[in-house]
Amino acid sequence: MKSAIILFPGINRERDMARALRLAGSEEPVIVWHKETSLPQVDLIVLPGGFSYGDYLRCGAIAARSPIMREVVAKAEAGTPVLGVCNGFQILIEAGLLPGALMRNRELKFICRDVHLKVESNDTRFTRQYATGDVIRVPVAHGEGNYFADDETRRRLDGDGRIVFRYCEADGSFSTEANRNGSVDNVAGILNERGNVLGMMPHPEDHVEPHQGSTDGVGIFRSIVSAAA
Amino acid sequence: MSIPNDIKITPELVAEHGLKPDEYERILELIGREPTITELGIFSAMWNEHCSYKSSRVWLKTLPTEGPQVIQGPGENAGIVDIGDGQCAVFKMESHNHPSFIEPHQGAGTGVGGILRDVFTMGARPIAALNALRFGDPDHPKTRHLVSGVVAGIGGYGNSFGVPTVGGEVNFHPRYNGNILVNAMAVGIAETDKVFYAAASGVGNPIVYLGSKTGRDGIHGASMASQEFGEDSEEKRPTVQVGDPFAEKLLLEACLELMESDAVIAIQDMGAAGLTCSAVEMGAKGDLGVELDLDMVPCREAAMTAYEMMLSESQERMLMVLRPGYEDHARAIFEKWDLDFAIVGRTTDDLRFRVKHGGDVMADLPIKELGDEAPCYDRPWTETPLPAELGASDVPAPNSLAEALVKMMASPHLCSRRWIWEQYDHLILGNTMQRPGGDAAVVRVDDGPKALAMSVDVTPRYCEAHPETGGKQAVAEVWRNITAVGARPLAITDCLNFGNPERPEIMGQLVGAIKGMGEACRALDFPVVSGNVSLYNETSGKAILPTPAIGGVGLLDDIDRMATIAFKGEDEAILLVGETRGHLGRSIFLQVMHDREDGAPPTVDLAAERRNGQFVRALIRDRSATAVHDLSDGGLAVAVAEMALAGGIGATLDEAPDGVSSHAFFFGEDQARYVVTCSRGSTARILETAGKAGVPMSAIGWTGGDALNLAGEDPIYLDELRRRHEAWLPDYMAGWIED
Repeated sequence: MKSAIILFPGINRERDMARALRLAGSEEPVIVWHKETSLPQVDLIVLPGGFSYGDYLRCGAIAARSPIMREVVAKAEAGTPVLGVCNGFQILIEAGLLPGALMRNRELKFICRDVHLKVESNDTRFTRQYATGDVIRVPVAHGEGNYFADDETRRRLDGDGRIVFRYCEADGSFSTEANRNGSVDNVAGILNERGNVLGMMPHPEDHVEPHQGSTDGVGIFRSIVSAAA
Repeated sequence: MSIPNDIKITPELVAEHGLKPDEYERILELIGREPTITELGIFSAMWNEHCSYKSSRVWLKTLPTEGPQVIQGPGENAGIVDIGDGQCAVFKMESHNHPSFIEPHQGAGTGVGGILRDVFTMGARPIAALNALRFGDPDHPKTRHLVSGVVAGIGGYGNSFGVPTVGGEVNFHPRYNGNILVNAMAVGIAETDKVFYAAASGVGNPIVYLGSKTGRDGIHGASMASQEFGEDSEEKRPTVQVGDPFAEKLLLEACLELMESDAVIAIQDMGAAGLTCSAVEMGAKGDLGVELDLDMVPCREAAMTAYEMMLSESQERMLMVLRPGYEDHARAIFEKWDLDFAIVGRTTDDLRFRVKHGGDVMADLPIKELGDEAPCYDRPWTETPLPAELGASDVPAPNSLAEALVKMMASPHLCSRRWIWEQYDHLILGNTMQRPGGDAAVVRVDDGPKALAMSVDVTPRYCEAHPETGGKQAVAEVWRNITAVGARPLAITDCLNFGNPERPEIMGQLVGAIKGMGEACRALDFPVVSGNVSLYNETSGKAILPTPAIGGVGLLDDIDRMATIAFKGEDEAILLVGETRGHLGRSIFLQVMHDREDGAPPTVDLAAERRNGQFVRALIRDRSATAVHDLSDGGLAVAVAEMALAGGIGATLDEAPDGVSSHAFFFGEDQARYVVTCSRGSTARILETAGKAGVPMSAIGWTGGDALNLAGEDPIYLDELRRRHEAWLPDYMAGWIED
């Protein structure tokens, strides 16, 4: 599998992402600088986490207007899988590839900790290695991951099975405590209508080796690799 | 605002620049005329305590700085130790105390930024950040605001820059009410044959300015950090710099990209005293003169004077000496990263530091003397006498050991620091093998199997009682924490925070601490490779507790042979390594249960430290130990409670041995001790090996269940203990605990 990681100034989790892809069997990802205007032919485009443009103005807002984003949008619309994690998710929303908004965390503080996610659907190219209903443990590290969408959008996301991950307790139950950033309906990750663009706040790329405390995140990368095979 | 360069230098102006009359006399002698205002500013920047170490230099020289592992000792941007395979660890700790008290968010953030820059200036990619924080009494009206601001500032900078903040320590004590301490440490990895230094070489080589533009922020920051606070400290807010972690991240990437070529001859970050200090150091270290043309300096504001530009402490800036012919290559890289790049001067052969602006020479000074001839004082000092020992019988036993333990674990001194470190991204880069909360943070190097273990420690209440013992203990505790994860301690960096050295009793604290540190460093083969001194931490004549913070780095050859504090299974033996006499003087028990801080600090037996530590490390290496924790604040019961909470497994402890009273046994803070667990089957063998090695070791209980059982006491259920242990800090910060 071939993949490209888009590098905006201020992005800082591209190494974690490249390692996770490698471990899952991808070829070494191509790093694409944000000032580029074209992308190589790849099976996956990744927008990794970080603080593109220092989160100045609004998280992801400036990066979403980078030259490379016109090409990312075109490829996404043509069906190339796109994964946006954390700041990458924020950029996808700012670029209009995913609906809703990501606001400051409920307690107005940055949170770095492990959270549990319920895999709400394994009928996606990003989650086929899990079973629907699986609970996985992966870390979050963000200050603005509080997902919001209007009622109509939420109904559609839910009805279409496009809410892929929800914050939950270790036993899979939903609670306010498990939903630390305050996201509406505990939303942690969503798909676009076509099912080829996934945005999520947690960092599966940091839970892919036993020494990191868990390998629960590896399923996402293996799913992508197997879907591309 | 425009300051003419030729204004009359009055005694008042000299005093405002923090220079003493005799120091000014020395300047007149050195240059043979009255200095210009720009020159006076340059001298004040170079000769203040923060940059010149004028009060501490004679004593710092007594510290051991060498060893087979040391590649670079003190004097560069950071220290460097060999970690094998052609790689080295580059690290340093630095204080940002004064700015953090005045403006906690920016002060702490720029402290982190400064220390990260010190590390990547040398060609190393930062892989970990740590910090040591001291705040005032929780009841003091400013404390909550300061904690909140400092933590947000550290997180805001490190998270955005993209370095995991993996460890640290926090104390609360009324003696920090008017002067908090923010000590930040950074650790990076470089290829040993690709390290960059500050010394310039070659005449006529271009000096280039990189990074952010120069503004009027932070002018005289280093001078401020060399003075006591009075009632007007809040008015010093304009001397605090404002950080831009985004610019720093770009600077990191641009510098490392440029360093892949042969373009860089010398590099120095602009930290304290900005352009002045970096240019002088590069020239003086390389035995070269430097000529700067300030017309070329990228400025954020219009009409900045030479004086302002030379003293600005605007952040995220670097100075480099480039190899001729590489200008275009360097410019292209910096422009790719949207950073400023300007050729602002050149090296000369006349050993002068010449600064031009608008065609005029604003300063023309002998470059070596600016640094080397800085005043150096052997200040008078008085030794702090060792207080009388406090026997266990001098300290009343609690009604219930269990209740005392819970109270201590829920106190500001020992409660969980989760509220703090969850605001730090401690996982970025994916190499964090031990997260905050253990003995030492462990961060893997690349894809392993090698890892670095890091810890920051000092026990200020011991240093207050007896600085020499306190200095020794601080080094020993760092060494112990690194040992407790299975790593081999390599070297330390230090941050010596004290009051006004012009007072003999304070100078005596500094001298005592350095003596104790030196002794421990020598005994443990744990040299000092970098550090900084922060004096004048006083407000209205009241000094902080003497706080020589020590940051240590160790090497773990294989992350598969690493210990953590968490109990791993039921029915394992709990073993105590080291001798327990039940030392309660200056203990947390004494402080929390009796509101007392008296007696002598625990004795530090360095031979025992070394012997016991080596034994424990061997147990980890041969996988005999299933969990390890060093004993420090709160003693044995607290260590076992922390192990139980970390593993979610309870424990049952036997009664205190004969000859030691229970409260002294469970809460005494004797040094050179560890708690180790092992399988039931291997206990006899391990005890026998310990006996042969001359290491005091005894079986004191068993793991298992959902509670902690101290002999003869009601069980302490882990759920309840956890709730109490986790509650204090978030409750306090939410304002639920009244001032």
